[in-house]
Amino acid sequence: MHEVVLPRIGTVSAWRAEARKLARAGVPPEAVLWRRGGAAPDLFAGAPLQAEAAPREIRVSKAAIDGIESALYHSDPERFARAYRTVLRLSVGQAVWGDRSDPDIAKLLAQGKAIGRDVHKMHAFVRFREVAGQGPRRAFAAWFEPEHPCLERGAPFFAKRFGDMDWVIATPDLTARFEEGTLSFEETRAPDRPPEDATEDLWRTYYASIFNPARVMVKAMCAEMPKKYWKNLPEADLIPGLIEGAEARVRAMAETMPVLEPDRRARALSDHAAQVLARPAPEGPVATLAEEVRTCTRCDLCRHATQAVPGQGPRDACVMIVGEQPGDQEDLRGLPFVGPAGQVFDRAAAVAGMNRSAVFVTNAVKHFKFQARGKRRIHQRPDAGEVEACRWWLDLERELVRPGLIVAMGATAAEALTGDGRHMARRRGRIETLEDGTPVLIAWHPAYVLRLPDADARARAEAELAADLTIARQMGEAGQAPASHAAAAEKSPEIGHLRER
Amino acid sequence: MVRRSGQALGAAAASGLDPAPGHIDHTTLRPPSDRLPQPFRLPVPVREHTMNNMAKRSLSEKLAILSDAAKYDASCASSGGERRDSRDGKGLGSSGGAGICHAYAPDGRCISLLKILMTNFCIYDCAYCINRASSRVERARFSVEEVVHLTIEFYRRNYIEGLFLSSGIIRSPDDTMADMVRIARKLREEEGFRGYIHLKTIPSASQELIDEAGKWADRLSINIELPTEQSLKSLAPEKDARNIKQSMADVRLKREESRAGKSWRGKRPARFAPAGQSTQVIVGADLADDRTILTQSSDLYASYGLSRIYYSAFSPIPDPAKALPIKPAPLMREHRLYQADWLLRFYDFRVEEIGGASGMLDLDLDPKTAWAVAHREHFPVDINRAPREALLRVPGFGTKTVNRLLAARRRGLVRYEHLAAMGAIVKRAKAFIIAPGWAPRGLLEEEHLRARFAAPAEQLSLF
Repeated sequence: MHEVVLPRIGTVSAWRAEARKLARAGVPPEAVLWRRGGAAPDLFAGAPLQAEAAPREIRVSKAAIDGIESALYHSDPERFARAYRTVLRLSVGQAVWGDRSDPDIAKLLAQGKAIGRDVHKMHAFVRFREVAGQGPRRAFAAWFEPEHPCLERGAPFFAKRFGDMDWVIATPDLTARFEEGTLSFEETRAPDRPPEDATEDLWRTYYASIFNPARVMVKAMCAEMPKKYWKNLPEADLIPGLIEGAEARVRAMAETMPVLEPDRRARALSDHAAQVLARPAPEGPVATLAEEVRTCTRCDLCRHATQAVPGQGPRDACVMIVGEQPGDQEDLRGLPFVGPAGQVFDRAAAVAGMNRSAVFVTNAVKHFKFQARGKRRIHQRPDAGEVEACRWWLDLERELVRPGLIVAMGATAAEALTGDGRHMARRRGRIETLEDGTPVLIAWHPAYVLRLPDADARARAEAELAADLTIARQMGEAGQAPASHAAAAEKSPEIGHLRER
Repeated sequence: MVRRSGQALGAAAASGLDPAPGHIDHTTLRPPSDRLPQPFRLPVPVREHTMNNMAKRSLSEKLAILSDAAKYDASCASSGGERRDSRDGKGLGSSGGAGICHAYAPDGRCISLLKILMTNFCIYDCAYCINRASSRVERARFSVEEVVHLTIEFYRRNYIEGLFLSSGIIRSPDDTMADMVRIARKLREEEGFRGYIHLKTIPSASQELIDEAGKWADRLSINIELPTEQSLKSLAPEKDARNIKQSMADVRLKREESRAGKSWRGKRPARFAPAGQSTQVIVGADLADDRTILTQSSDLYASYGLSRIYYSAFSPIPDPAKALPIKPAPLMREHRLYQADWLLRFYDFRVEEIGGASGMLDLDLDPKTAWAVAHREHFPVDINRAPREALLRVPGFGTKTVNRLLAARRRGLVRYEHLAAMGAIVKRAKAFIIAPGWAPRGLLEEEHLRARFAAPAEQLSLF
């Protein structure tokens, strides 16, 4: 029988070295007696090893090593033997790490989890108090009682977090010391509680004030902050008083009668708020109409979308481009055709020699219709009711701009303008005439181009879109000049009409 | 601290808007230890405030007022975001990974951050808020230095993970946001603070200020407050739902911009508000049902990539407004909403599936069990054959259990008695599964299936 006495400091790494040595020597698990004791790594009890089984190399996955080492900080005296037994079984494939139906592995996992929790609670509940330091670095000290001797596992966290100060954490087992950036451990000789720190008062004030008496849930508190930790928490002695007083405080709240009339000060503040929040009136008829579009609640889509996306472009544009509806990016930015479909449109417009800032770009439906799926929004085609509700805005935009030509991109736009969204393949590239005589050129929607699975078909559709935009540009240029100037004078009454609405 | 000249206002309003911030009084920072508050006194009575009692407030009094005013914000998360530490000895703090709850209050909520308002003076008059302009609550205001001091000193003593700073709106949204940004900047640049900062952004603050806020803060949030635009309009007349959504959209765009350019792993972490954005909605202050609330949530998650939505059951506040319901919402409703929210995000449930016909979640039964009881045709599920999606719908199986189950299936047949070790709540699951060693037999057809899970009827206590 071998007796292995592991040092009190560096216990786990010593176990690892010992286990490797014993396995290599072929010592079976039942022939080793493990103990933690001694102060320094040189106090091993070292009888010469006698091989009783075949020598083995320990080969275990990293996850298993992490889990087992965590479990070794547990206070269970059996932990070293269980871990040695398990690594031998793992390395010959008699057990699988993570297999909870294996009692040893289940136990190691459970103890590893308990240590994870204990370390986490150490990170949470250590309370430093400022003490006199040497040199420019501030110094802090804490007394903490973890459930298991896991200070060595927990302390590196504090070294990372409090890198610019010196600190000491004393536990009944070991003491961690961080001085000038070096972390060291020593055995704790006597319990050492640092003297009280004035900031603790402020902390207690905070603790008492952040508590909401209207929702007392003592069980929830105790589940996460078990009473065993309370004795070293400066705020814990407030708890009974807070619970006791809660009921009276809630009753007092319930009995307070609401004020029916705001006082003079509240009224002054309300006037001030109105003044601060007042928005400047939009300038020009396009902006005025855009502002009105943004307040639209004509259908249900406004409840889900970020904002309505009004048309964009000069009022005297000869060509109006109408798409289906804003997409994800358009909804976020409040501008038409700025997402992936917008890029296709811009590309096609560039090929067509069309200057985007010279045309009026808008959508048949002004709000984004989508279905929420996790963290994404799936585009949904607007239904006839929504298109109909939104035609109000499209008509106003048409009235305002009076374009010489409208390009209807996609079936929805075609439907909104002509009342018929069918047979797009047949109608594309043709010009139809609206009731008021305005010609409408039917074109693919850029999003349709994007959705085509075949690269050749995509290129063809994009070329067709560019060709249609070229026609639109040419028609726009032809119809421009004198006609549009004359129209500008005519348009003025419309602005007044818009404002009246 | 640089102060801007206030705008011309009536005398009463001016005194309310612009209290002297004052510098740190060191006698109040370190009181002698014999001044320990035993028994503890809460210095926050509701009374008419005057100019006099405002100027002389100690840091402790301000802290009491301004943390009391901040407690209605439920968020306390400090997880995720950028990994930072101060092992180099040149700064203070670390963050990234799991957050830590440093204490729990008797209300069962964790205390992870120093959650305070910069000031509780506010020009807005939101009915549900204790700090609304017409409330008679005591008012106070921290100076920039005081907030920085409290954050650093609390952090050094390991009380907190960082700062959660919100504020009433003083003078104007931009002025308020500018002060908050100044606090964050000072913490990062002058104090070398590498802990967590959560800033509440003020609706309608300018884009430049939000941009800077996202540079210093780990998380930005803006509260959507209420489930519908109409209730927001009636309860918070100065707030504008469009504005709030717009602000969330801006944060999402900014975050996407900040992670532009491919890293070798294909996805670069956002440098703008690295821990993302969140929001809060008040439950029970208006008449909206749970379906409306959850629809809004799923829209918000999908639209702005929110990390979290917090549900806050409307709870009574001192000095209530007349527009509010007298009865507080049951806390169980809030709990059920959180459960449903988890189902939406991690269990592939859709809003339409939750809440049944009434649009309200069952208070006696968790939403997953309620769904299973109403959809028995999907059960029993064979734990050795069912796909992941079907396993996720079994009551008593969480995402971790399902992962373990799927891993164990690769090793061999999973038996009924293995389930408990995998973390399943067998008592809840057993009616809905078949496994070697178990068949639910008549359990699933049982008439009283619902009653097996629902807690016995009990009067919910209001106070």
